[in-house]
Amino acid sequence: MTAMTAMSGARTAATAARVLRQLRHDPRSIALMLLVPVLMLTLLRFVFDGSPKTFDGIGASLLGIFPLITMFLVTSIATLRERTSGTLERLLAMPLGKGDLIAGYALAFGAVAVLQSVLATGLALWVLGLDVVGSPWLLLLVALLDALLGTALGLFVSAFAASEFQAVQFMPAVIFPQLLLCGLFAARDTMHPVLEGLSDVLPMSYAVDGMTQVLTHTDMTAEFVRDAGIVAACALLVLALGAVTLRRRTP
Amino acid sequence: MMNNQPEGDPAAVHAHDLSVRRGTGRTLRTVLDSLAFDVPRGRITGLLGPSGCGKSTLMRAIVGTQAHVTGTLDVLGDPAGHPRLRSRIGYVTQAPSVYDDLTVRQNLDYFAAVLDPGRAAADRRAAAVTRAITDVDLTSRAGALAGNLSGGQRSRVSLAVALLGTPELLVLDEPTVGLDPVLRRDLWNLFHDITTTRGATILVSSHVMDEAERCHDLLLMREGRILAQDTPDALRTRTHSTTVEEGFLRLVDEANANAADAALTPEQSR
Repeated sequence: MTAMTAMSGARTAATAARVLRQLRHDPRSIALMLLVPVLMLTLLRFVFDGSPKTFDGIGASLLGIFPLITMFLVTSIATLRERTSGTLERLLAMPLGKGDLIAGYALAFGAVAVLQSVLATGLALWVLGLDVVGSPWLLLLVALLDALLGTALGLFVSAFAASEFQAVQFMPAVIFPQLLLCGLFAARDTMHPVLEGLSDVLPMSYAVDGMTQVLTHTDMTAEFVRDAGIVAACALLVLALGAVTLRRRTP
Repeated sequence: MMNNQPEGDPAAVHAHDLSVRRGTGRTLRTVLDSLAFDVPRGRITGLLGPSGCGKSTLMRAIVGTQAHVTGTLDVLGDPAGHPRLRSRIGYVTQAPSVYDDLTVRQNLDYFAAVLDPGRAAADRRAAAVTRAITDVDLTSRAGALAGNLSGGQRSRVSLAVALLGTPELLVLDEPTVGLDPVLRRDLWNLFHDITTTRGATILVSSHVMDEAERCHDLLLMREGRILAQDTPDALRTRTHSTTVEEGFLRLVDEANANAADAALTPEQSR
Protein backbone atom coordinates (compact mmCIF):
# COMPACT_ATOMS: atom_id res chain seq x y z
CA MET A 1 0.00 0.00 0.00
CA THR A 2 1.21 3.48 -0.78
CA ALA A 3 1.67 6.11 1.86
CA MET A 4 -0.75 8.49 0.20
CA THR A 5 -3.88 6.51 -0.54
CA ALA A 6 -6.84 8.09 -2.23
CA MET A 7 -6.43 11.80 -1.59
CA SER A 8 -9.70 13.66 -1.76
CA GLY A 9 -10.01 17.43 -1.82
CA ALA A 10 -13.23 17.46 0.16
CA ARG A 11 -11.81 15.27 2.95
CA THR A 12 -8.66 17.40 3.10
CA ALA A 13 -10.75 20.56 3.36
CA ALA A 14 -12.97 19.00 6.03
CA THR A 15 -9.88 18.04 8.03
CA ALA A 16 -8.40 21.52 7.77
CA ALA A 17 -11.72 23.04 8.85
CA ARG A 18 -11.87 20.64 11.80
CA VAL A 19 -8.33 21.54 12.96
CA LEU A 20 -9.16 25.25 12.75
CA ARG A 21 -12.40 24.69 14.66
CA GLN A 22 -10.49 22.93 17.42
CA LEU A 23 -8.14 25.88 17.56
CA ARG A 24 -11.04 28.33 17.74
CA HIS A 25 -12.15 26.73 20.99
CA ASP A 26 -8.72 27.61 22.37
CA PRO A 27 -8.42 31.41 22.06
CA ARG A 28 -5.45 31.56 24.42
CA SER A 29 -3.35 29.43 22.08
CA ILE A 30 -4.30 31.62 19.15
CA ALA A 31 -3.32 34.72 21.09
CA LEU A 32 0.03 33.18 22.04
CA MET A 33 0.74 32.09 18.48
CA LEU A 34 0.00 35.52 17.06
CA LEU A 35 1.34 37.81 19.76
CA VAL A 36 4.54 36.15 20.94
CA PRO A 37 6.45 36.77 17.67
CA VAL A 38 5.24 40.36 17.65
CA LEU A 39 6.39 40.93 21.23
CA MET A 40 9.74 39.20 20.69
CA LEU A 41 10.50 41.32 17.63
CA THR A 42 9.61 44.46 19.55
CA LEU A 43 11.86 43.34 22.39
CA LEU A 44 14.67 42.63 19.95
CA ARG A 45 14.28 46.03 18.31
CA PHE A 46 15.01 47.77 21.61
CA VAL A 47 17.72 45.32 22.67
CA PHE A 48 19.61 46.44 19.55
CA ASP A 49 18.52 50.05 20.00
CA GLY A 50 22.04 51.28 19.28
CA SER A 51 22.78 49.09 16.26
CA PRO A 52 19.85 48.95 13.80
CA LYS A 53 22.01 46.97 11.32
CA THR A 54 22.18 44.04 13.75
CA PHE A 55 18.41 44.24 14.24
CA ASP A 56 17.93 44.04 10.46
CA GLY A 57 19.94 40.82 10.21
CA ILE A 58 18.58 39.02 13.23
CA GLY A 59 15.05 40.36 12.82
CA ALA A 60 14.75 39.10 9.27
CA SER A 61 16.06 35.66 10.27
CA LEU A 62 13.61 35.49 13.16
CA LEU A 63 10.72 36.22 10.81
CA GLY A 64 11.55 32.85 9.29
CA ILE A 65 12.33 31.04 12.53
CA PHE A 66 9.17 31.96 14.47
CA PRO A 67 6.72 30.17 12.17
CA LEU A 68 8.98 27.12 12.10
CA ILE A 69 9.13 26.81 15.89
CA THR A 70 5.45 27.61 16.51
CA MET A 71 4.18 25.19 13.91
CA PHE A 72 6.58 22.51 15.09
CA LEU A 73 5.20 22.76 18.62
CA VAL A 74 1.52 22.93 17.68
CA THR A 75 1.70 20.12 15.17
CA SER A 76 3.69 17.76 17.35
CA ILE A 77 1.23 18.16 20.23
CA ALA A 78 -1.86 18.09 18.00
CA THR A 79 -0.85 14.90 16.19
CA LEU A 80 0.32 13.29 19.41
CA ARG A 81 -3.16 13.94 20.83
CA GLU A 82 -4.65 12.47 17.70
CA ARG A 83 -2.54 9.34 18.18
CA THR A 84 -3.22 8.90 21.90
CA SER A 85 -6.94 9.79 21.93
CA GLY A 86 -7.84 7.01 19.51
CA THR A 87 -9.17 9.45 16.92
CA LEU A 88 -6.31 8.54 14.58
CA GLU A 89 -7.19 4.86 14.81
CA ARG A 90 -10.82 5.72 14.15
CA LEU A 91 -10.01 7.96 11.18
CA LEU A 92 -7.74 5.36 9.62
CA ALA A 93 -10.49 2.76 9.97
CA MET A 94 -12.63 5.17 7.91
CA PRO A 95 -12.17 6.01 4.24
CA LEU A 96 -9.64 8.78 4.96
CA GLY A 97 -6.33 8.84 3.10
CA LYS A 98 -3.21 9.56 5.13
CA GLY A 99 -2.51 12.30 2.60
CA ASP A 100 -5.87 13.91 3.43
CA LEU A 101 -5.01 14.04 7.10
CA ILE A 102 -1.52 15.44 6.59
CA ALA A 103 -2.58 17.92 3.95
CA GLY A 104 -5.46 18.99 6.19
CA TYR A 105 -3.09 19.75 9.05
CA ALA A 106 -0.64 21.50 6.71
CA LEU A 107 -3.44 23.67 5.29
CA ALA A 108 -4.88 24.62 8.67
CA PHE A 109 -1.56 25.45 10.31
CA GLY A 110 -0.37 27.06 7.07
CA ALA A 111 -3.31 29.45 7.34
CA VAL A 112 -2.39 30.28 10.93
CA ALA A 113 1.23 30.76 9.84
CA VAL A 114 0.17 33.24 7.15
CA LEU A 115 -1.72 35.26 9.74
CA GLN A 116 1.20 35.11 12.17
CA SER A 117 3.71 36.11 9.49
CA VAL A 118 1.59 38.95 8.14
CA LEU A 119 1.38 40.42 11.63
CA ALA A 120 5.06 39.93 12.44
CA THR A 121 6.35 41.07 9.04
CA GLY A 122 4.03 44.07 8.96
CA LEU A 123 5.09 45.16 12.41
CA ALA A 124 8.79 44.61 11.71
CA LEU A 125 8.76 46.52 8.42
CA TRP A 126 6.43 49.41 9.15
CA VAL A 127 6.56 49.95 12.88
CA LEU A 128 9.96 48.75 14.02
CA GLY A 129 11.74 50.00 10.90
CA LEU A 130 13.30 46.75 9.75
CA ASP A 131 15.29 47.71 6.68
CA VAL A 132 14.59 45.15 3.96
CA VAL A 133 15.69 45.81 0.37
CA GLY A 134 13.60 43.06 -1.27
CA SER A 135 9.86 42.51 -1.48
CA PRO A 136 7.87 41.80 1.69
CA TRP A 137 5.97 39.15 -0.32
CA LEU A 138 9.16 37.10 -0.58
CA LEU A 139 9.62 37.36 3.20
CA LEU A 140 6.09 36.03 3.56
CA LEU A 141 6.78 33.20 1.12
CA VAL A 142 9.84 32.04 3.07
CA ALA A 143 7.89 32.33 6.34
CA LEU A 144 5.15 30.12 4.88
CA LEU A 145 7.64 27.51 3.68
CA ASP A 146 9.24 27.55 7.14
CA ALA A 147 5.84 27.01 8.71
CA LEU A 148 5.31 24.04 6.42
CA LEU A 149 8.71 22.66 7.43
CA GLY A 150 7.81 23.12 11.10
CA THR A 151 4.50 21.30 10.57
CA ALA A 152 6.33 18.46 8.81
CA LEU A 153 8.98 18.10 11.52
CA GLY A 154 6.34 18.23 14.26
CA LEU A 155 4.27 15.55 12.61
CA PHE A 156 7.31 13.36 12.19
CA VAL A 157 8.66 13.59 15.74
CA SER A 158 5.21 13.07 17.27
CA ALA A 159 5.57 9.45 16.17
CA PHE A 160 8.48 9.06 18.58
CA ALA A 161 6.86 10.76 21.55
CA ALA A 162 4.73 8.72 23.92
CA SER A 163 3.52 11.73 25.89
CA GLU A 164 3.25 15.52 25.73
CA PHE A 165 6.27 15.68 28.06
CA GLN A 166 8.41 13.92 25.49
CA ALA A 167 6.94 15.88 22.61
CA VAL A 168 7.96 19.27 24.01
CA GLN A 169 11.46 17.93 24.73
CA PHE A 170 11.82 17.28 21.02
CA MET A 171 11.65 21.02 20.46
CA PRO A 172 15.13 21.72 21.91
CA ALA A 173 16.43 18.45 20.47
CA VAL A 174 15.34 19.12 16.90
CA ILE A 175 15.18 22.91 16.71
CA PHE A 176 18.06 24.18 18.88
CA PRO A 177 20.92 22.55 16.93
CA GLN A 178 19.48 24.05 13.77
CA LEU A 179 19.12 27.41 15.48
CA LEU A 180 22.79 27.38 16.56
CA LEU A 181 24.05 26.27 13.17
CA CYS A 182 21.78 28.27 10.86
CA GLY A 183 24.00 31.35 10.75
CA LEU A 184 22.02 33.44 13.20
CA PHE A 185 24.75 33.58 15.84
CA ALA A 186 27.83 33.28 13.65
CA ALA A 187 28.28 33.30 9.88
CA ARG A 188 28.22 29.70 8.71
CA ASP A 189 31.56 29.92 6.85
CA THR A 190 33.33 30.96 10.06
CA MET A 191 32.30 27.80 11.93
CA HIS A 192 34.45 24.73 12.51
CA PRO A 193 34.47 22.88 9.14
CA VAL A 194 32.60 19.93 10.61
CA LEU A 195 29.83 22.18 11.90
CA GLU A 196 29.78 24.09 8.64
CA GLY A 197 29.25 20.81 6.82
CA LEU A 198 26.51 19.91 9.27
CA SER A 199 24.81 23.27 8.81
CA ASP A 200 24.84 22.65 5.05
CA VAL A 201 22.47 19.71 5.46
CA LEU A 202 20.09 21.30 7.98
CA PRO A 203 17.02 22.92 6.39
CA MET A 204 16.85 25.92 8.75
CA SER A 205 20.18 27.18 7.34
CA TYR A 206 18.47 27.65 4.00
CA ALA A 207 15.44 29.26 5.60
CA VAL A 208 17.67 31.90 7.20
CA ASP A 209 19.75 32.21 4.03
CA GLY A 210 16.60 32.89 2.05
CA MET A 211 15.56 35.63 4.46
CA THR A 212 19.02 37.21 4.20
CA GLN A 213 18.75 37.20 0.40
CA VAL A 214 15.52 39.18 0.59
CA LEU A 215 17.12 41.49 3.14
CA THR A 216 20.00 42.44 0.86
CA HIS A 217 18.72 42.10 -2.73
CA THR A 218 15.97 43.95 -4.58
CA ASP A 219 15.27 41.09 -6.97
CA MET A 220 14.62 37.41 -6.51
CA THR A 221 18.17 36.03 -6.73
CA ALA A 222 19.10 32.56 -7.96
CA GLU A 223 20.27 31.80 -4.43
CA PHE A 224 16.87 32.76 -3.05
CA VAL A 225 15.16 30.39 -5.45
CA ARG A 226 17.59 27.64 -4.44
CA ASP A 227 17.01 28.30 -0.70
CA ALA A 228 13.23 28.35 -1.04
CA GLY A 229 13.36 25.20 -3.15
CA ILE A 230 15.46 23.36 -0.59
CA VAL A 231 13.19 24.35 2.31
CA ALA A 232 10.11 23.29 0.33
CA ALA A 233 11.69 20.00 -0.71
CA CYS A 234 12.77 19.23 2.87
CA ALA A 235 9.25 19.96 4.10
CA LEU A 236 7.72 17.61 1.53
CA LEU A 237 10.28 14.91 2.28
CA VAL A 238 9.63 15.06 6.03
CA LEU A 239 5.86 15.14 5.40
CA ALA A 240 6.20 11.93 3.41
CA LEU A 241 8.25 10.40 6.23
CA GLY A 242 5.55 11.56 8.64
CA ALA A 243 2.90 9.82 6.53
CA VAL A 244 4.79 6.56 6.93
CA THR A 245 4.56 6.92 10.72
CA LEU A 246 0.74 7.05 10.55
CA ARG A 247 0.05 3.36 10.74
CA ARG A 248 -3.34 1.92 10.06
CA ARG A 249 -2.56 -1.15 12.11
CA THR A 250 -1.79 -1.55 15.79
CA PRO A 251 1.33 -3.71 16.25
CA MET B 1 -14.01 -13.88 -0.58
CA MET B 2 -17.56 -14.86 -1.42
CA ASN B 3 -16.65 -17.49 -4.02
CA ASN B 4 -16.80 -20.42 -1.64
CA GLN B 5 -19.95 -19.15 0.06
CA PRO B 6 -23.33 -20.36 -1.13
CA GLU B 7 -25.87 -17.79 -2.34
CA GLY B 8 -28.10 -16.24 0.28
CA ASP B 9 -26.86 -15.22 3.67
CA PRO B 10 -23.15 -15.61 4.25
CA ALA B 11 -21.90 -14.74 7.71
CA ALA B 12 -21.03 -11.10 8.41
CA VAL B 13 -17.71 -12.25 9.82
CA HIS B 14 -16.14 -15.58 9.00
CA ALA B 15 -12.96 -16.64 10.77
CA HIS B 16 -10.95 -19.78 10.30
CA ASP B 17 -7.59 -20.60 11.87
CA LEU B 18 -7.31 -16.94 12.86
CA SER B 19 -4.25 -16.06 14.91
CA VAL B 20 -2.85 -12.72 16.03
CA ARG B 21 0.56 -12.05 17.44
CA ARG B 22 1.22 -8.74 19.17
CA GLY B 23 4.28 -6.75 20.09
CA THR B 24 7.47 -6.16 18.14
CA GLY B 25 10.62 -8.18 17.45
CA ARG B 26 11.44 -10.70 20.12
CA THR B 27 8.57 -9.74 22.44
CA LEU B 28 6.04 -11.03 19.90
CA ARG B 29 3.48 -13.22 21.63
CA THR B 30 0.36 -15.01 20.45
CA VAL B 31 -2.74 -13.17 21.65
CA LEU B 32 -5.35 -15.00 19.59
CA ASP B 33 -4.76 -18.67 18.86
CA SER B 34 -6.34 -20.29 15.77
CA LEU B 35 -9.91 -19.06 16.27
CA ALA B 36 -12.78 -20.33 14.10
CA PHE B 37 -16.20 -18.73 14.33
CA ASP B 38 -18.97 -17.02 12.36
CA VAL B 39 -20.86 -13.88 13.23
CA PRO B 40 -24.34 -14.23 11.67
CA ARG B 41 -25.85 -11.30 9.79
CA GLY B 42 -28.60 -9.10 11.16
CA ARG B 43 -28.12 -10.23 14.74
CA ILE B 44 -26.40 -9.08 17.91
CA THR B 45 -23.42 -11.22 18.77
CA GLY B 46 -21.92 -10.68 22.19
CA LEU B 47 -18.20 -11.20 22.59
CA LEU B 48 -17.71 -12.02 26.22
CA GLY B 49 -14.77 -12.87 28.36
CA PRO B 50 -12.60 -11.58 31.18
CA SER B 51 -10.45 -8.46 30.72
CA GLY B 52 -7.29 -9.17 28.78
CA CYS B 53 -8.61 -12.28 26.99
CA GLY B 54 -8.14 -10.72 23.54
CA LYS B 55 -11.57 -9.20 22.84
CA SER B 56 -10.23 -5.84 21.75
CA THR B 57 -7.51 -7.44 19.63
CA LEU B 58 -10.11 -9.56 17.85
CA MET B 59 -12.25 -6.49 17.22
CA ARG B 60 -9.29 -4.58 15.81
CA ALA B 61 -8.53 -7.54 13.55
CA ILE B 62 -12.11 -7.45 12.25
CA VAL B 63 -12.07 -3.72 11.53
CA GLY B 64 -8.61 -4.10 9.98
CA THR B 65 -6.49 -2.03 12.34
CA GLN B 66 -4.55 -4.92 13.86
CA ALA B 67 -1.16 -6.00 12.54
CA HIS B 68 0.22 -9.58 12.43
CA VAL B 69 -3.09 -11.29 11.63
CA THR B 70 -2.80 -14.75 10.04
CA GLY B 71 -5.43 -17.23 8.85
CA THR B 72 -8.79 -16.50 7.24
CA LEU B 73 -10.83 -13.51 8.34
CA ASP B 74 -13.57 -12.40 5.95
CA VAL B 75 -15.77 -9.44 6.80
CA LEU B 76 -18.93 -8.74 4.75
CA GLY B 77 -17.45 -10.83 1.96
CA ASP B 78 -14.06 -9.11 1.78
CA PRO B 79 -10.83 -9.91 3.58
CA ALA B 80 -10.63 -7.88 6.83
CA GLY B 81 -8.86 -4.55 6.34
CA HIS B 82 -9.90 -4.19 2.70
CA PRO B 83 -10.23 -0.47 1.88
CA ARG B 84 -13.71 -1.19 0.50
CA LEU B 85 -14.85 -2.09 4.01
CA ARG B 86 -13.90 1.23 5.60
CA SER B 87 -17.25 2.89 4.92
CA ARG B 88 -19.29 -0.23 5.69
CA ILE B 89 -18.10 -0.82 9.25
CA GLY B 90 -18.75 1.33 12.29
CA TYR B 91 -16.19 0.89 15.04
CA VAL B 92 -16.26 2.15 18.61
CA THR B 93 -13.01 1.79 20.54
CA GLN B 94 -13.00 1.11 24.24
CA ALA B 95 -11.85 4.62 25.18
CA PRO B 96 -14.12 7.24 23.59
CA SER B 97 -12.26 8.50 20.54
CA VAL B 98 -13.64 11.96 19.93
CA TYR B 99 -12.12 15.43 19.88
CA ASP B 100 -12.48 16.95 23.33
CA ASP B 101 -12.04 20.46 21.98
CA LEU B 102 -14.97 20.22 19.59
CA THR B 103 -18.67 20.23 20.35
CA VAL B 104 -20.72 17.07 19.96
CA ARG B 105 -22.16 18.29 16.68
CA GLN B 106 -18.78 19.48 15.35
CA ASN B 107 -17.29 16.06 16.08
CA LEU B 108 -20.05 14.35 14.15
CA ASP B 109 -19.93 16.91 11.33
CA TYR B 110 -16.26 16.13 10.77
CA PHE B 111 -16.55 12.35 10.82
CA ALA B 112 -19.62 12.59 8.57
CA ALA B 113 -17.60 14.65 6.09
CA VAL B 114 -14.92 11.95 6.07
CA LEU B 115 -17.49 9.24 5.38
CA ASP B 116 -19.60 11.15 2.89
CA PRO B 117 -17.52 14.06 1.54
CA GLY B 118 -18.45 16.82 -0.86
CA ARG B 119 -20.78 19.80 -0.96
CA ALA B 120 -23.47 17.82 -2.80
CA ALA B 121 -23.85 15.53 0.22
CA ALA B 122 -24.27 18.36 2.74
CA ASP B 123 -28.00 17.81 3.34
CA ARG B 124 -27.61 14.05 3.65
CA ARG B 125 -24.77 14.62 6.13
CA ALA B 126 -26.77 17.05 8.26
CA ALA B 127 -29.62 14.53 8.44
CA ALA B 128 -27.24 11.69 9.38
CA VAL B 129 -25.65 13.81 12.11
CA THR B 130 -29.01 14.80 13.58
CA ARG B 131 -30.21 11.20 13.53
CA ALA B 132 -27.02 9.90 15.20
CA ILE B 133 -27.30 12.52 17.96
CA THR B 134 -30.94 11.56 18.52
CA ASP B 135 -30.05 7.84 18.51
CA VAL B 136 -27.72 8.26 21.46
CA ASP B 137 -30.03 10.75 23.19
CA LEU B 138 -27.66 13.70 23.24
CA THR B 139 -29.82 16.28 21.45
CA SER B 140 -29.84 18.56 24.46
CA ARG B 141 -26.03 18.47 24.67
CA ALA B 142 -25.28 18.82 20.95
CA GLY B 143 -23.66 22.22 21.43
CA ALA B 144 -21.49 21.21 24.40
CA LEU B 145 -17.76 20.58 24.12
CA ALA B 146 -17.04 16.85 24.25
CA GLY B 147 -14.40 17.53 26.89
CA ASN B 148 -17.04 18.97 29.22
CA LEU B 149 -19.32 15.94 29.04
CA SER B 150 -19.49 13.12 31.57
CA GLY B 151 -17.72 9.85 30.80
CA GLY B 152 -20.92 8.14 29.76
CA GLN B 153 -21.93 11.01 27.53
CA ARG B 154 -18.53 11.02 25.82
CA SER B 155 -18.77 7.33 25.07
CA ARG B 156 -22.19 7.97 23.57
CA VAL B 157 -20.67 10.62 21.28
CA SER B 158 -18.16 7.99 20.24
CA LEU B 159 -21.00 5.58 19.55
CA ALA B 160 -22.88 8.22 17.56
CA VAL B 161 -19.85 8.57 15.28
CA ALA B 162 -20.01 4.85 14.57
CA LEU B 163 -23.71 5.11 13.72
CA LEU B 164 -23.09 7.71 11.00
CA GLY B 165 -23.22 6.43 7.46
CA THR B 166 -25.55 3.53 8.38
CA PRO B 167 -22.87 0.83 8.64
CA GLU B 168 -23.73 -2.79 7.83
CA LEU B 169 -21.54 -4.03 10.65
CA LEU B 170 -21.12 -2.30 13.98
CA VAL B 171 -18.15 -3.35 16.08
CA LEU B 172 -18.58 -2.01 19.61
CA ASP B 173 -15.84 -2.47 22.18
CA GLU B 174 -17.43 -2.34 25.63
CA PRO B 175 -19.85 0.49 24.75
CA THR B 176 -21.81 0.30 27.99
CA VAL B 177 -18.93 0.49 30.47
CA GLY B 178 -19.53 3.15 33.09
CA LEU B 179 -23.10 3.87 32.07
CA ASP B 180 -25.99 3.95 34.50
CA PRO B 181 -28.65 1.22 34.28
CA VAL B 182 -31.22 3.40 32.52
CA LEU B 183 -28.79 4.42 29.81
CA ARG B 184 -27.59 0.86 29.42
CA ARG B 185 -31.12 -0.31 28.87
CA ASP B 186 -31.73 2.47 26.35
CA LEU B 187 -28.57 1.61 24.46
CA TRP B 188 -29.47 -2.08 24.30
CA ASN B 189 -32.89 -1.09 22.98
CA LEU B 190 -31.11 0.99 20.36
CA PHE B 191 -28.88 -1.96 19.42
CA HIS B 192 -31.91 -4.19 18.95
CA ASP B 193 -33.62 -1.45 16.97
CA ILE B 194 -30.58 -1.12 14.70
CA THR B 195 -30.53 -4.82 13.90
CA THR B 196 -34.26 -5.12 13.32
CA THR B 197 -35.09 -1.90 11.47
CA ARG B 198 -31.75 -1.20 9.75
CA GLY B 199 -30.74 -4.81 9.19
CA ALA B 200 -27.24 -4.22 10.55
CA THR B 201 -25.07 -6.77 12.31
CA ILE B 202 -23.67 -5.90 15.72
CA LEU B 203 -20.65 -7.41 17.40
CA VAL B 204 -20.47 -6.08 20.93
CA SER B 205 -17.95 -6.93 23.60
CA SER B 206 -18.42 -6.87 27.32
CA HIS B 207 -16.90 -8.34 30.40
CA VAL B 208 -20.18 -7.90 32.23
CA MET B 209 -21.95 -11.22 31.86
CA ASP B 210 -25.48 -10.00 32.56
CA GLU B 211 -25.35 -8.14 29.23
CA ALA B 212 -24.97 -11.53 27.56
CA GLU B 213 -28.66 -12.22 28.12
CA ARG B 214 -29.53 -9.37 25.79
CA CYS B 215 -27.54 -10.78 22.83
CA HIS B 216 -28.86 -13.14 20.14
CA ASP B 217 -25.62 -15.09 19.98
CA LEU B 218 -22.60 -15.38 22.20
CA LEU B 219 -18.92 -15.88 21.62
CA LEU B 220 -17.27 -16.75 24.91
CA MET B 221 -13.55 -16.09 24.99
CA ARG B 222 -10.83 -16.95 27.42
CA GLU B 223 -7.06 -16.51 27.11
CA GLY B 224 -7.06 -15.96 23.37
CA ARG B 225 -9.34 -18.87 22.48
CA ILE B 226 -13.05 -19.27 21.80
CA LEU B 227 -14.54 -21.24 24.66
CA ALA B 228 -18.01 -21.57 23.18
CA GLN B 229 -20.29 -20.15 20.51
CA ASP B 230 -23.98 -20.48 21.22
CA THR B 231 -27.21 -18.66 21.92
CA PRO B 232 -27.72 -17.65 25.56
CA ASP B 233 -30.54 -20.20 25.93
CA ALA B 234 -28.60 -23.09 24.45
CA LEU B 235 -25.59 -22.23 26.57
CA ARG B 236 -27.60 -22.23 29.78
CA THR B 237 -29.28 -25.52 28.86
CA ARG B 238 -26.05 -27.19 27.85
CA THR B 239 -24.25 -26.22 31.05
CA HIS B 240 -27.31 -26.76 33.29
CA SER B 241 -27.01 -23.19 34.53
CA THR B 242 -29.55 -20.51 35.34
CA THR B 243 -27.45 -17.61 34.04
CA VAL B 244 -24.87 -17.13 31.29
CA GLU B 245 -22.35 -16.12 33.92
CA GLU B 246 -22.75 -19.45 35.70
CA GLY B 247 -22.51 -21.29 32.39
CA PHE B 248 -19.37 -19.42 31.47
CA LEU B 249 -17.75 -20.28 34.80
CA ARG B 250 -18.66 -23.97 34.34
CA LEU B 251 -17.00 -23.92 30.92
CA VAL B 252 -13.91 -22.25 32.37
CA ASP B 253 -13.65 -24.88 35.12
CA GLU B 254 -14.09 -27.59 32.52
CA ALA B 255 -11.35 -26.09 30.34
CA ASN B 256 -9.04 -25.80 33.34
CA ALA B 257 -9.67 -29.40 34.31
CA ASN B 258 -8.95 -30.54 30.74
CA ALA B 259 -5.76 -28.50 30.69
CA ALA B 260 -4.66 -30.02 33.98
CA ASP B 261 -5.40 -33.52 32.63
CA ALA B 262 -3.39 -32.82 29.50
CA ALA B 263 -0.45 -31.64 31.56
CA LEU B 264 -0.55 -34.84 33.59
CA THR B 265 -0.67 -37.19 30.58
CA PRO B 266 2.96 -37.98 29.77
CA GLU B 267 2.55 -39.17 26.13
CA GLN B 268 1.39 -35.68 25.14
CA SER B 269 4.85 -34.26 25.66
CA ARG B 270 6.70 -36.30 23.04
